[in-house]
Amino acid sequence: MGYPHKPHDREMPVLSKYFGDAGAISLDGWKQRGGYAALRKALGMAPTEITAIVKESGLRGRGGAGFPTGVKWSFMKLDDGKPHYLCCNADESEPGTFKDREIMRWTPHALIEGCAIGAYAIGAETCYVYIRGEFTEPIARMEAALREAYAAGILGPNAMGSGKTVNVYVHRGAGAYICGEETALMNSIEGRRGNPRIKPPFPAVAGVFGMPTTINNVETLAAVPHILNNGADWYRKIGRADNPKSTGTKLFSVCGNVQRPGNYEVPLGFPFKDFLYDLCGGPLPGRRFKAIIPGGISVPIQTVDEAEASFMDYEGFVEHGTMLGSGGVIVIDDHQNLVKQIARAARFFAHESCAQCTQCREGTGWTTRILERIVAGDGTSEDLDTLLEIADNMTGKTICVLSDSCAVPVVTGIGKFRGDFEALIKTKATVMVPAVV
Amino acid sequence: MSADAPADAPHAAHGAPHTPVFVGQARAELDELGKRYPTKRALLLPALWMVQHARGWISEEAMAEVAEVLELTPAYVKGVVSFYTMYHQHPVGKHFIQVCTTSPCAVCGAEDVRDAFLRHTGCEALGVTSADGKYTVIEVECLGACGFATPVMINEDFLESVTPEKVPDILAGLK
Ligand SMILES: Cc1cc2nc3c(=O)[nH]c(=O)nc-3n(C[C@H](O)[C@H](O)[C@H](O)COP(=O)(O)O)c2cc1C
Ligand code: SF4
Ligand code: FES
Repeated sequence: MGYPHKPHDREMPVLSKYFGDAGAISLDGWKQRGGYAALRKALGMAPTEITAIVKESGLRGRGGAGFPTGVKWSFMKLDDGKPHYLCCNADESEPGTFKDREIMRWTPHALIEGCAIGAYAIGAETCYVYIRGEFTEPIARMEAALREAYAAGILGPNAMGSGKTVNVYVHRGAGAYICGEETALMNSIEGRRGNPRIKPPFPAVAGVFGMPTTINNVETLAAVPHILNNGADWYRKIGRADNPKSTGTKLFSVCGNVQRPGNYEVPLGFPFKDFLYDLCGGPLPGRRFKAIIPGGISVPIQTVDEAEASFMDYEGFVEHGTMLGSGGVIVIDDHQNLVKQIARAARFFAHESCAQCTQCREGTGWTTRILERIVAGDGTSEDLDTLLEIADNMTGKTICVLSDSCAVPVVTGIGKFRGDFEALIKTKATVMVPAVV
Repeated sequence: MSADAPADAPHAAHGAPHTPVFVGQARAELDELGKRYPTKRALLLPALWMVQHARGWISEEAMAEVAEVLELTPAYVKGVVSFYTMYHQHPVGKHFIQVCTTSPCAVCGAEDVRDAFLRHTGCEALGVTSADGKYTVIEVECLGACGFATPVMINEDFLESVTPEKVPDILAGLK
């Protein structure tokens, strides 16, 4: 399988240090590399102490929204007498993102350790790792690692001899992007259709099985053992000196029209221009970058100028018209028909809409049909206004933000690359459209 | 056939009488999984996976069996089965081929990979099983491996960096 590249000098491999190192996969190998020291330490601490350290570190959710992890954990009322749950979000279905998969393939015990610490910190005896159904290899590696951890007494009713119960289980999804949305994920674990729930109540009050629940992304939880081992200060100092709001390292998945696609781990705040040209090798021979989507397909499209001016952290991307999202960098070059790619993105959202909100169910479908019509050379001059009007109706009005996400590439595409749309409409140029299934 | 038979075990035909899946070892396995969850309903996705591994697809009769075992209604089970794209409600080819064509892969030529699979398998169209029953090819949305375009899943196997040129060899290597 196609891993890995040797880390670039300017990377800072913390989570990715052992990617490609087959020796790190087993329990013995993981222990030799310092594994489970953080869990041992955590089990000797009070849960609130752990949460305080995570808060102090500045760690923010790596699943897309960037919510401070320690703050999220502190919403769990430890003395409410109810069973608590931790859900680890390993649904990784956001186009452009493929980092959690590598964490699970190469360092399954790192994730198990993070899950166990997180569960203990929020007062949960059970953590479900919800892995998308297509990830057969990561599922197998996680299952094998869990068997080892149970056999060694690391997990179970007396985790590492602490007298505390910590269980971690894999729950396999079955093909649905929407199950990455936290409340849909909980429904899916419960054996229901993956429809997002109306909030409130928020998961910390009534989550999976109606009980207080915390949901964290794979990368978020995998960072926790490093924070406990090295201290909150160490983590907080990684990042741009002038931006204390974004701390630590981040895995960026890079794909599309670029010389060296793959996963790169850099300190947050890394200059995006250096990242694209130096680490990723720049455009393919004879081509030029045209547009960059830096945080998975749900975030606004950047022009090359915007991208080159950005710093790669939560605030740095917002300053230049987009968001960090899940860190899935999609590079599109001048050999592509951008409108066709936006149409394809819309078709993705139409396919993945759970269909409970009218604006989303109808809006994703209409957006796709109009865009495909434009790509086919049958667009009219009114189509762009119609698209923007539909996008407006799809934004901020639904149960979850999948609907908004479908509008984002349309609005930012028309806003920043209007000429590409108009050229197709004026000339009625015909581009090959893939057969609709 | 046991519940842990490989996914490419010969598929139960349409209309063939349903032999229960959750007997003996498979039943014990499901009961064991039950200890992980506070409700029976939560066993639905795992149970459906077990059916699909054993039978290749999930028939109405199998849904009825799952419903009975988990104390749900068949209509409820069908509602869940139909929500998730990976559960097959009809028999599919022995080799079920899913090619990612979402934008990040599309900009790397995924549509050519899809077309190569259609051409070399003799499948008439996406989703239509080849006349010899061996292949079904579909497009799938992002497989979470976009940096290794084009990823392709064949049953439970995950292939990376597939190009149209590699397709004949991949097909020749399928058992
Ligand atoms: C449509 C949709 C899809 C999502 N998919 C994922 C996903 O695949 N993985 C993930 O970690 N978060 C995903 N999220 C975000 C989760 O809802 C949630 O915010 C996240 O898992 C919280 O973890 P964090 O705080 O560690 O980031 C998605 C959100 C939406 C609205
Ligand atoms: S916005 Fe779309 S995906 Fe989200 S709940 Fe509504 S219909 Fe479902
Ligand atoms: S878009 Fe093809 S794997 Fe993500």
